[in-house]
This record gives sequence, C-alpha cells and structure tokens, in this order.
Amino acid sequence: MEPVEFKGSDPIAWCPGCGNFGILNAVKRALAHLGREPRDYLLVSGIGQAAKLPHYVKCNCFNGLHGRALPVAQGAKLANRDLTVLVTTGDGDCYGEGGNHFIHAVRRNVDITVIVHDNQIYGLTKGQASPTTDSGFETKVQTAGVTLEPLNPVLLAVALGCGFVARSFSKDIEGLSELIVEGVRHPGFSLIDVLQPCVSFNRKNTYEWYGERVYRVDEDSEYDPYERTAALSAAGQWGDRIPTGIIYRNDSKPYEQQTGLSHREPLIERSIRNIDMEPAFTELS
Amino acid sequence: MARELTVRIAGEAGQGIQSAGEALCRAVRHAGLHLFAHKDYMSRIRGGDNYFQVRIAEQPVQCPREQCDIIIALNPNSASAHAASVGEDGMLIADASEGSIEAGGTRLVDFPLRKTAESVTGSTRAANSIAAGVICRVSGVPEGSLEHGLRAVFAGRNEELVDKNLRAARTAYKMASSCPSPGISLEKSDAGSRLLIDGNQALALGAIRAGCTFYSAYPMTPSTSIMNTMAHFAQRYGLVVEQAEDEIAAINMVLGAWFAGARAMTASSGAGIALMSEGISLAGMTETPVVVVDAQRPAPATGFPTRTEQADLNMAIHSGHGEFVRAVYAPGCIEQAFALAVKAFNMADKYQMPAIILTDQFLADSIRDTAVPDVDAVQVERHVIDKEPSGDIKDYKRYTITESGISPRAVPSWIHDAIYADSDEHTEEGHITEDAAVRTQMVGKRLTTKLIGLSGEIEEPEAYNLDGADLVLVGFGSTRGVMREACDRVLDASVGSVHLSQVWPFPSTALYEMLEHAPKIMTVENNATGQLEDLITWKTRLYVAGAIRKFDGRPFTVDELMRRIREKV
Ligand SMILES: Cc1ncc(C[n+]2csc(CCOP(=O)(O)OP(=O)(O)O)c2C)c(N)n1
Ligand SMILES: [Mg+2]
Repeated sequence: MEPVEFKGSDPIAWCPGCGNFGILNAVKRALAHLGREPRDYLLVSGIGQAAKLPHYVKCNCFNGLHGRALPVAQGAKLANRDLTVLVTTGDGDCYGEGGNHFIHAVRRNVDITVIVHDNQIYGLTKGQASPTTDSGFETKVQTAGVTLEPLNPVLLAVALGCGFVARSFSKDIEGLSELIVEGVRHPGFSLIDVLQPCVSFNRKNTYEWYGERVYRVDEDSEYDPYERTAALSAAGQWGDRIPTGIIYRNDSKPYEQQTGLSHREPLIERSIRNIDMEPAFTELS
Repeated sequence: MARELTVRIAGEAGQGIQSAGEALCRAVRHAGLHLFAHKDYMSRIRGGDNYFQVRIAEQPVQCPREQCDIIIALNPNSASAHAASVGEDGMLIADASEGSIEAGGTRLVDFPLRKTAESVTGSTRAANSIAAGVICRVSGVPEGSLEHGLRAVFAGRNEELVDKNLRAARTAYKMASSCPSPGISLEKSDAGSRLLIDGNQALALGAIRAGCTFYSAYPMTPSTSIMNTMAHFAQRYGLVVEQAEDEIAAINMVLGAWFAGARAMTASSGAGIALMSEGISLAGMTETPVVVVDAQRPAPATGFPTRTEQADLNMAIHSGHGEFVRAVYAPGCIEQAFALAVKAFNMADKYQMPAIILTDQFLADSIRDTAVPDVDAVQVERHVIDKEPSGDIKDYKRYTITESGISPRAVPSWIHDAIYADSDEHTEEGHITEDAAVRTQMVGKRLTTKLIGLSGEIEEPEAYNLDGADLVLVGFGSTRGVMREACDRVLDASVGSVHLSQVWPFPSTALYEMLEHAPKIMTVENNATGQLEDLITWKTRLYVAGAIRKFDGRPFTVDELMRRIREKV
C-alpha cells in the first residue's frame, strides 16, 4: 500500500507549521511500509493536539480520555492480538496525566508502539508547562519560569528496562517512519519519543533549536543499543547534544508470550453463545 | 417457622476462622441441611476480633439472626466480646483455662480447644478444626459430614496438614459428646446437591457465562474475590485476568477490550468506582459497552474497609460527568447476582453503555446453599455485527443515526472500513465536531432515544406478600432476604415487601402501580440519608411514610428488622 491510501478524510485542526505534520506523514509512511490493511491497524490516543492524529489517518481509531490512551490500547491488544496497535500521545498526556500508566505499561510489556509527540508544552490548553518543559521556561502559569527539573522520558524508559526505546525529530520524516516500523516489529512495548516543535507556545525549543542539537546514536558504529550502560549514558544526554535513533533495546518477553496468549486464538474469536458452566458448578458444589 | 440453629466461630484474624467456617458450611450442606453464612472481619491480617456465623436450618434461609445458639471462641478475649450475642438457651464454648472470660449471665461451656489441638497435632494451629468438630457434634451434624467439609476446604494442601486437621476434628467430635445439647435436633431436608457460593462468586460465574473473557481490576475489599474467582477459572475458560495499576487503568483497559470486540468487566468498591467515573462517562460518550461492579462498603473515603453499606446508590446512578444512559442493577441474592451479571452484559452490549452492578460486602461475602443456576433463564445475547456479515459492510459509520438510537457496532478488522470512536463530540463518522446541530442530535441519540428501548427492558420490582399488607417495606440489593423473612415473621401486622433489583432506569411505572394503594410504605436501606427513599419520591411521587436506615457497617438481621418494624407500627 502507499502512504496516501492511509490519508484520512477529516480536516486537520493543527496550526500551520506544526511539528505534528511531520509525525503524521511518518505514521502514514510506516503503516504503508508495514504492508497491512487499514482495518488491521488501531491508533489509540488520549486528548491534546497530538491525540487528534488518529482522526487524520485511515485506520481504526479510539480517541479516549486525557492520559488514558495506554490502558485502552493494552486492553484492545489483549482482546485482539491480531491488531497492530499504536498510540499517539502528547508529553502531557503520556508523562503527566498518564504517568502511572506509562510506568506500568512498560513493565507489562504488551506489544504496542507508543509515539509521543513531545513538544515540551501543553499545546491544546495554550502553553502551560508539561513534565518535559525545560526548567526556567516561562508560561502564564509558571510566571517566574519552571522550577522543576524536566522529566527525561527516554532515560526513564531505559531505567525501567523498556525493550525498545527511541527518540526522533519530527522534521526527520524518513528516520521517524523507519523507527515506527522498527517499533511495530519489536514484539513488546516500544517507545518513540519525538521532538516536536510547537510553533504557537514553545518559542524556545524550535526547529532550529532541535536541528542544531540532534545527532543519531548510530553515527557511532560502535554504539550498541543492547548495551544498557552505554544506553543509560546516551539517554541521560540533554542540552547541547540530543541523541536520536534507537537508544536501547532488549529481548525481554512480551506479555503475550509470558501468558501464553500468543498461542491461543484472539479473545474476540471465541464463541460465547453457550459457555458450559458445568465444570465451574461442579467445582463449587 | 423452620427449625434452626445459629452458630458462630469467633477469634482473631489469622486463627483460621475462615477455613473452619467454610468447612462447617460444607459439612452442614453435606448433612442435608440449609444454611446462610456471613462474615464479620476487621481490616487487619493478624489479631483483632473476627467471626464467621452460620445459620443452619431445615428450610432455605436468606439472612442472618441476631443471637446465636452456640458461639465457640478461640481465645478468652473473643469469648468475653461475644458472650452477649448468645441467645437465651444458648451456650458459649471456650477455653476457660486460657484466661479469664467475662461471660455475664451466659452459659459457659469449658472446652480445651488449644490443649486438644496441641496434644493431637503438636501445635495449637489446629484449634480451628477443633472448633469445627465441636460445633458439628453439638449441632448434630454427622461425623462423616464434618470430614467431608474439612477435606473440601483443605483440598490440594499437603497430606500431613489435612491429616492433622482431620485427627483434631475427630478427637474434638468425640470429646464434645460431653457438651450440653442445644435442645434441637435438625431433620435432614433436600439440600443435598446444591451449590455453595457467595455473592461475588455468583457474579464472576455470571460474567463467565455471559462471555466475559477479559477482566481487569485493582484489589479492593470487598470486590477482590471477584478477581480471585476470575483468576481461578482463567485457565479453564481461557480468560485474561490482569491486575491493573489503578482503577482508572482497569476501566480503560476494559473499554479497550470491548471496543476491540471482546466482553469485559471490572469491579471495585466505592473509592475505586469514584476513580472510574471519568471512564464511565467515556463509555457513555463513545458508546462503548462496559460492565462495572461496585461492591459497596461504608464510606466516605476509606470508611470501614471490610463492612457493609448501601450508600453508593446515588453515585451509581449519577457517576460520570455529563448526561448519558446507563443501567444499574442491584441483585438481592446469589441467584440474582448470577442472572443479573448475564443481563448486565446483554444490556451494556445492546445499548452500548455502562451497566453497573451494585452489591455490598454483605452479599459479596455471604454464602448460601443455592440451586445450580438455570443457565438458560437469561439468554446470552451478542449485539455486535457478526464476523460473517461484517465482510459485506460498506461505508460504515460508527455513530449512524437510527430510529432506536443504537448504531450497529462493528468489530475492528472484521469490517473492511476503519472505525472511529471518539470522546469528543463527534459526527456520525466519529470525527471531532463543534457543530451545534450535530451536538443536539447526538445528545438525543445517546440519551433520549436509547432510553426508550432501555426503559422497556427494566427488571420488574419483586412483590412479596403484598395482598392485604398494612405495611410495605421497600428495599434494593442485599436487603431482599431479610425483608422477606421479616414479612413472614411479624405476625401482629400484615407486612409485605417490594424488592428492586434494578434501580436505573428506575422502574417508576411498575413500582407506582404496585404501591399506589399501599396503606403505608417504609424503606429499608443500609445508609444514613435514605437514598432509595429519595429516588422513590423523585420518580414516583409516592409518599414514603417511614424509613428504616442502618449505617453502622453491619447488615440487618431479621431480628433487628422486626424490632424496628414493630417500633414503627
Ligand atoms: C481530565 C482532563 N484534565 C485536563 C484536560 C485538559 N487538557 C486537554 S489536553 C491537555 C494537555 C495536553 O498536552 P499534551 O498531552 O502535551 O498535548 P499537546 O496539546 O501538547 O499535543 C490538557 C491539560 C482534559 N481534557 N481532561
Ligand atoms: Mg505537548
């Protein structure tokens, strides 16, 4: 299939020049490259500008609550393991409101791919600090500048032992779409944190700002994402140089394999019309 | 009146009251008698004071008595604490040599529980089995039934442990021949081949029957044993049972599973349901079915973690921001718990809405001998477009406007088209909209139109003894059994009762018709503000003349209810 075949019909409600457009293009490319039909993909999102993305793609979409995309995605995947499930979420959605789900989704390791549009700001609510906003950044709420240290989601994910941790830049459509393909192919939970300029509310972390700083970890041919110590050190970098690419991976068994779910027919294929209760009744007699 | 005995085993948490009680239940049922058992326990793992009470009868019984014929206490403190609960001709059996017991005027029977356990098994651990042995002997339950009960409870444990407990119980059974008799010997009835389950197990079994294949929850008393039961049967029935990181995750996972095409359920107690309320609203907006059990306990906040109350009625019918349809069921007994679980799945699926099952600690934890449910009494209905016809669907719109308000729900990947579900206000296609006309149309569809169909499928209130009744008791949920028995027992007035097993949509018409000529209506509920009473007034304009409310965290016994009825009549 071609990326245009994944073009949705809903008019786009993002600001002109938004970093989200690059992510949208990369998602469509990746879905096309992966070769499945629109019916076989499910995009789950929460609320925010980022979370509108599934409406702009032709494939199944569940646009749920702010912060709660990950549980919905896991529930859907466990019910029908034949679906390819991706989450498109914001830095506020995923690391703020949904922070607890993020930690435990990494641990649960269900086979879903999570793309975080990390614009280091709450876009939809007009520019408050998010968990990843740089300290010192002034907003209408954080009037004297953010005093909290920013959360480094990539470092957190590596520390949690996440099996696939990547970072990308929304301008690098090709690199990002490759990472999405890799993330989907990874058999467990995959995180792709995407640096996404917000042209309306983040005048600091702009296209230029990111452009000057990003580099790919695989520029160094020695870099081995399976090496945890090196990955922790790369993941810890932020500021003058920002690493992108696959920062860390491991072969930990996904939930579906741990529980044997991957060998059984998907839950949705079960006939429920006449479930035999006799064994249970006998046991409880 | 049926001839009966009420027995209680009391002791500290960790002394094995629960196993002894369950063994006793199984023994009693094996002996061909009926029983109703409930638990009173504290929110702690060791120490304190817990009890397990079993009402043993020749006829089926559905609620507890206040006073016991026999109480056996595993330590002197418990003995003193429970002495006042022994009825007139009853006895308190305890180890007087272990410490001083303040029995008041109660007949105290000294029995060396701990010493016997120690001399037979080498440890005092088996004192609980000693207690089971003594109670069986004194109540006239045969020794073979006692053994059956113990073997059932210790099934799967190591042989040595089983053997120790059996030896302890047998010795106690022999020694207890010297104990006085309660003066009643119960005749075997037809109880033989019946199920012995509690309310939570009945709900879990109903859910499994209904085709629930995914269960996610966060532990919270008194809902946790639903999760235990689902986990216990997960292998056999191919269920996925996942402990979520919190209740918000639980309900959202369950919604994801339903959206993908499975049937799923979550449960908690009030606090967890409060956390789920945004998810309940999401189910309303996205028109995704969901089944949620609220096993109520006394609140606000953490309240009495292990006790009972019915104060979440208002929350259940209102929880979640905004306006959308829902159904709220309130099973009154184990049979209804099973049947209404199936119905909740059917209705949630059909109307694409949340179905809430409101129970409480009393129903959740009480055990009764029950006929094996008629699995065909409530047919399992599926309300998604089947896989076969899905292939032919073209130009699918998730929120198509229809006459019934119900848009046919397709399963992702079974149909060719993409499905868009959205928590924002949305178009028929499921895309975000800000259009005023669409909004009006969608609210109407979700709320008014669907409500018409749903209102035609309300569980009818159940009338008992209504003909010629001077007084009609009205209750919902777990008070069903106690109200009915009170009707039978209060002989100085003609008392009837009406039980509601569905409280939303409220059965306004049916209740009005049942009660419009009732001389006097009195609500019976386990809460302080009379939430059902308000609902009746709001929905039927009937005059509720009196209210019996109880909010001390304990269930009504039939004796207390009768006393309070008499005070009012
Ligand atoms: C429970 C709840 N709280 C708050 C909001 C308001 N809200 C909507 S989006 C958002 C923040 C979005 O930030 P982010 O996830 O970074 O997305 P962005 O708009 O930046 O893409 C907030 C606070 C909401 N919709 N729901
Ligand atoms: Mg953001």
